[in-house]
Amino acid sequence: MNRTLRFQLNGKPVELKTDDERTLLWVLRGDLEATGTKYGCGEGICGSCTVVVDGEAVRSCAATVGSIDGKDVLTIEGLATDGRLHPLQQAFVDHGALQCGYCTPGMIMNAYAMLRANAKPDAAAIASGMEDNLCRCGAHPRIVAAIEDASRKMGGAQ
Amino acid sequence: MTAIFPSKDGVRAGVDRRSFCKLLGGGILVLVTSKPSDLFAQRRSYPEDLNAYLRIDENGHVTVFSGKIEMGQGVITSQAQMAAEELGVSLDAITMVLGDTDQCPWDAGTWGSLTTRVFGPALRAAAAEARTVMIKLAAGKLGVARNQLTVENGVVFVAGDPARKVTYGALAKGKAITRLVDEKAILRSVKEFKVMGKSPKRLDGVDKVSGRAQYAGDIRRPGMLHARILRPPVHGAKAKSVDISRAKALTGVTVVEEGDLIAALHSDPETAERALGLIRAEWDTPEAAFDTESVHEYFQKVAKEGDVRFSRGDVAARRDGEKLFEATYRTPYKAHAPIEPHTAVAEWNDGKVTVWAGTQSPFGLRDQLVRELGLDESRARVITPFLGGGFGGKGVARQGIEAARLSKLAGRPVMVAWTRGEEFFYDTFDPAGVVKIISAIDAGGKMTLWDYRVWASGDRAAELFYDAPHASITTVMSRGTPGAAAHPFGVGAWRAPGAGTNVFARESQIDIMAAAAKIDPLEFRLRNTSDERVVNTLKAAANAFGWKSAAGPSGQGRGIAIGYDSGTYAAIAASVTVDRKTGEVHVDRLVCSQDMGIVVNPDGARMQMEGCMMMGLGYVFSEELQFRGGDVIDRNFDSYDLPRFSWMPRKIETILVSNDELAPQGGGEPAIVPMGAAIANAIYDATGARLFRLPMTRERVLAALKEA
Repeated sequence: MNRTLRFQLNGKPVELKTDDERTLLWVLRGDLEATGTKYGCGEGICGSCTVVVDGEAVRSCAATVGSIDGKDVLTIEGLATDGRLHPLQQAFVDHGALQCGYCTPGMIMNAYAMLRANAKPDAAAIASGMEDNLCRCGAHPRIVAAIEDASRKMGGAQ
Repeated sequence: MTAIFPSKDGVRAGVDRRSFCKLLGGGILVLVTSKPSDLFAQRRSYPEDLNAYLRIDENGHVTVFSGKIEMGQGVITSQAQMAAEELGVSLDAITMVLGDTDQCPWDAGTWGSLTTRVFGPALRAAAAEARTVMIKLAAGKLGVARNQLTVENGVVFVAGDPARKVTYGALAKGKAITRLVDEKAILRSVKEFKVMGKSPKRLDGVDKVSGRAQYAGDIRRPGMLHARILRPPVHGAKAKSVDISRAKALTGVTVVEEGDLIAALHSDPETAERALGLIRAEWDTPEAAFDTESVHEYFQKVAKEGDVRFSRGDVAARRDGEKLFEATYRTPYKAHAPIEPHTAVAEWNDGKVTVWAGTQSPFGLRDQLVRELGLDESRARVITPFLGGGFGGKGVARQGIEAARLSKLAGRPVMVAWTRGEEFFYDTFDPAGVVKIISAIDAGGKMTLWDYRVWASGDRAAELFYDAPHASITTVMSRGTPGAAAHPFGVGAWRAPGAGTNVFARESQIDIMAAAAKIDPLEFRLRNTSDERVVNTLKAAANAFGWKSAAGPSGQGRGIAIGYDSGTYAAIAASVTVDRKTGEVHVDRLVCSQDMGIVVNPDGARMQMEGCMMMGLGYVFSEELQFRGGDVIDRNFDSYDLPRFSWMPRKIETILVSNDELAPQGGGEPAIVPMGAAIANAIYDATGARLFRLPMTRERVLAALKEA
């Protein structure tokens, strides 16, 4: 159904008149030009399209744009503030927690939501919280180390 | 940028190469002496003109051009390090331009761990030549002899009098330079390294964590349409009838047809997808000749004639006192499964097509565009953004051809972005393989015989570095598709193609013999080889692991294996826990040692080793393409399982074996090679159960436990 949706995208209000059944991923990557969020599997399996909606990790390839009406959406483009990388982003750089980088936005957004729910996870909790995000390059050990490091530095903050 | 570099034809055919140096735009273009050579041949090798590799602008900034691409393996950083080192500039003075066929020197493709070991020397030599030219220019400017000058961070100064200096930028500025450098520039030695041998952070890191890094799917062109292409349900199917009328009726949708290429196009990919769903097609589908389970027997039945690749002694004869071992090992078709599917954007302007493609071979794609679209070489340009993984699967860029054809037909820029289902369907799989080994040892535990025959996997890494006096290696059907044994779908390179299969077989067989001889498997290997690099690499892994000598199965649950690939030796010691009830195996610890010669970027090398081991867990435990003839059954990650966080060993350790006497060797692939055998051997050591088939699924582990 065509209707006008109002939501926050990375802290900025967005008004969009569109078919509310469209897939959030393609609206983000198309209409809203936020290409940091990646297509990986189209069925919510791999997690590379993960964004944060009202603080929770959402697979944007398996969500409609209508589902974000009135909500607050955060994508990888919105994490840095005033040109400074978010501690998670910085930790991924510091630990070399990426190779091809394609799954990285989804990894970071999933970790962001995970740390909101549990600010000080141990390595096992991190591995379990990241379980459904796939990385083909095998950066897993460094991703866990980066998230641990970031959570320490964040000290419970977002 | 375009002003600095004349067209390839300009440089190669038009410029008098004996005029050597020339200023173009704001930068020095340094040409060095070169032999007149066949221009076509030169296009198929690395150019001798160093200006093909780098440009120094008036501010001293250096742009480095490389036909290699970045797919995660870290060569954007390591190539910059090599150029910075030899040129004598800091790493931050360098900008990398990768995989642009209009700007970069020709390259066959980014595979085979060739970037550092083969392109590296060409790049380093060019940068070293440029440094020599800079010093010569500075000597003239400062009025001192060249041997009194030193270079640091792009500044040439008089040794002991650093105030007398001139920058690379100043040497370049506003001067037309004609100068000959006809001496061989000397590469810096390991002791002199300032940039190489260090581990700077990845140059692509910040872009990749901020969503700014561009992949092919992130390219946007004015008026661009997204294409969804009609695909057959199985490989080899032929369309009997196609009805596009309902798709065409959808508002804003364009349906194009050219031969077997039928696609729905729209500015929104979901609308294009919906239109594709409205296309009705009926297909004739071929019979399946074999499937996941029958492939190995099928290959052995239809392909018998082999190619003897190596032979010594007499493998047919049997000797007194020999203990014989015969075993057959099997591996499946494997998908590359990069998280980024094949994607490309094509745009035509004035008869020239530009294709942005996720490809491991931009020049290969350009040549293919030229061939298939009947273009002059100057009428096709390929630009390669970052790749979201490759692993050998993006050497063929079919999607780039599709985008170019559709864009021409539609008259607008077109993106072809494969879905995950298309990615699985059109992947060029690592072929299933069979290895049959007959080997023997004498009473003293010395290998006497090694008769090795491999079907369909090729013989990469099959070389025997053990001292069996009677040995042969035979390849049957290579990795290709001869006659009746044709693969039902595309096959191709896969991170060290076939090497994982060969090393799984060889190093398992070695373990079997060691156990039969009641000799510790490490000791058995050391006793049977005189290859010093093998010995050093094995010992490095074993020492770091804390290897406790015992004949298998010792109950410790540890295994070791070693492979050789791309000039590099990699050994892995693994420890596992086996659940005898469920057949589940968990890898607790992995220690990988690697002798790769001089290490350009130690942390980058470790990342590749870790990545190889994590990715390797997939082919060890789960990855096996399910298919029936041309019907690819696995179409997404729900059934084709990739390694996950829970699979991570408690500890992954990497050891770089010091070998600065050897030029840098390959690092992207070797460590994945010994994974199968290291873990199979560890499972045997834990339980006495021997696995002969990859992946080692729970069912197969349970079956092997029953037999043990």
